[in-house]
Amino acid sequence: MPLAPPITEIEQLKSHPAVARLLAWNPASIAEVKFDRDEMTIYLDRSSLREACALLRDDADCAFNFLSDVTCVDWFPAEPRFEVVYHLLSISKKERVRLKVRLDSASPAVESATSVWPAANFFEREVFDLFGIRFTGHPYLRRLLMPENWEGHPLRKDYPVEGYR
Amino acid sequence: MAHLTPTPVLEPAQDRTMILNMGPQHPSTHGVLRVILEIDGETVVRIMPDIGFLHTGIEKTCEAKFYHQVVPLTDRIDYLCPLTNNLCYVLAVEKLVGLEIPPKAQWMRVLLNELTRINSHLVWLGTHALDIGAMTVLLYCFREREEVLKMFEMISGQRMMTSYFRIGGLALEPPLGFFERVRDFTSRFSNRVDEYENLLTGNPIWTARTKGVARLTAEDATALGASGPTMRGSGVDFDLRRDMPYSGYENFKFNVPVMTEGDVFARYICRVRELRESNKIVQQALDGMPEGPIKANAPGIVLPDREKMKTQMEALIYHFKIVTEGFAVPAGEVYQAVESPRGEMGYYVVSDGAAKPYRVHMRAACLANLQTLPKMCEGRLIADVVAAIGSVDIVLGEIDR
Repeated sequence: MPLAPPITEIEQLKSHPAVARLLAWNPASIAEVKFDRDEMTIYLDRSSLREACALLRDDADCAFNFLSDVTCVDWFPAEPRFEVVYHLLSISKKERVRLKVRLDSASPAVESATSVWPAANFFEREVFDLFGIRFTGHPYLRRLLMPENWEGHPLRKDYPVEGYR
Repeated sequence: MAHLTPTPVLEPAQDRTMILNMGPQHPSTHGVLRVILEIDGETVVRIMPDIGFLHTGIEKTCEAKFYHQVVPLTDRIDYLCPLTNNLCYVLAVEKLVGLEIPPKAQWMRVLLNELTRINSHLVWLGTHALDIGAMTVLLYCFREREEVLKMFEMISGQRMMTSYFRIGGLALEPPLGFFERVRDFTSRFSNRVDEYENLLTGNPIWTARTKGVARLTAEDATALGASGPTMRGSGVDFDLRRDMPYSGYENFKFNVPVMTEGDVFARYICRVRELRESNKIVQQALDGMPEGPIKANAPGIVLPDREKMKTQMEALIYHFKIVTEGFAVPAGEVYQAVESPRGEMGYYVVSDGAAKPYRVHMRAACLANLQTLPKMCEGRLIADVVAAIGSVDIVLGEIDR
């Protein structure tokens, strides 16, 4: 099965329930969309993330009531450097969608999703620990996997694989 | 949702309470989980899991390896279900590349995954019962687990770190006599599950320790990201194998056990019934095993057979190239989720077009399941904490990665 090229035109993807809901709410919240390998990705504006999450969770057509995962990708040395990735699942509709927020290295901070899904608690702590992304409004933003006094954020691309010696 | 966000436990909040440290070296925490408890007498007031003692940085290591070299690393994440990890990773990369997998390989993958589920659930049942005080069950469970491990050894040469799946198919043809051995096992296994149930299900001590203990409602389970039997024990009817099928699971008929009570006993019943369902799937896989190749026809990506390497120059060249410089994967990203014995295991693989993955992230089912612990345990006795930890079936290797 050869790969089809990704669809990035927002016009073609308007029928997707999540895109339609976000467009109806605030067209400026969507920065970019991508449909690639049967997976939907929505790039959101940083300021609208938490509200968009709450919207997608509560809307009857989307019903993304389950937060599968939160992670991050570091595109060092490009700017904006970080992409925080949220994988949502709708248990009733059996659908997935991926939300992304781009953050620059000067102020890698985004609003926490813990008030929408308490599941984000550990996931966001892990991203904070390994990438140094700050989640504003997180109830307990401390390192999760690395020791408390560890220096640096190991999954950043400018952190060597062998660690600092 | 605020009630689901636990407050951190650092020092006693009241005069009458004290802080108790459980783990990281504690036999009932299944590895190196540290749990900080604030207790009032024997009642748990607050509880906070503290993890990270087994962090090995596998995600970072993956970024320095070729795509094929990552497969053995995935075994080490969840050492009780290595083949499920293998499957999830290879499915993600296959989706990234756009490979079509021959039916025999898909059916073998399903067969081995269900054997892995049996293996993992047996360890869970044995250790969980041991935690609560039923020592005998462990011996019964490990008797059958030994048979499953011997099958893994037969097929891959390793008992635990199997690394049997490859991008594009399987590593080797299943050896002679393998299917007979599996069939022999499955024909007896259902009676074995009856034996475990005879020991536990109706046992008054077992029911007293598990029924009504560590309750979790369906809403809380979904909000906290719990998946797998932890979620199904609370009445959420969702199984990725049935609802979002992968690797040919749509060809199999099986039931998804769901219980509505949401206590330790409900999760126990879910898993025990899953043992029977997995056994049914293995039997179906044996009966309908298709003939044909075990590897996809993609010369630059799939490692060639040893025999071909000795006779064909192209095969030798491809082998050399794949081993020394890997294969380039078109840029893109994929999130692949499979139903592991513990819940939704997801691999998020990002490629920038090079021969090494740009980013591999594992969504650990246990990490999310562990977040339900405060909700389950607060206001209950310390002894129930042990039952609750056992019932969410944690594997620290997966939590800490």
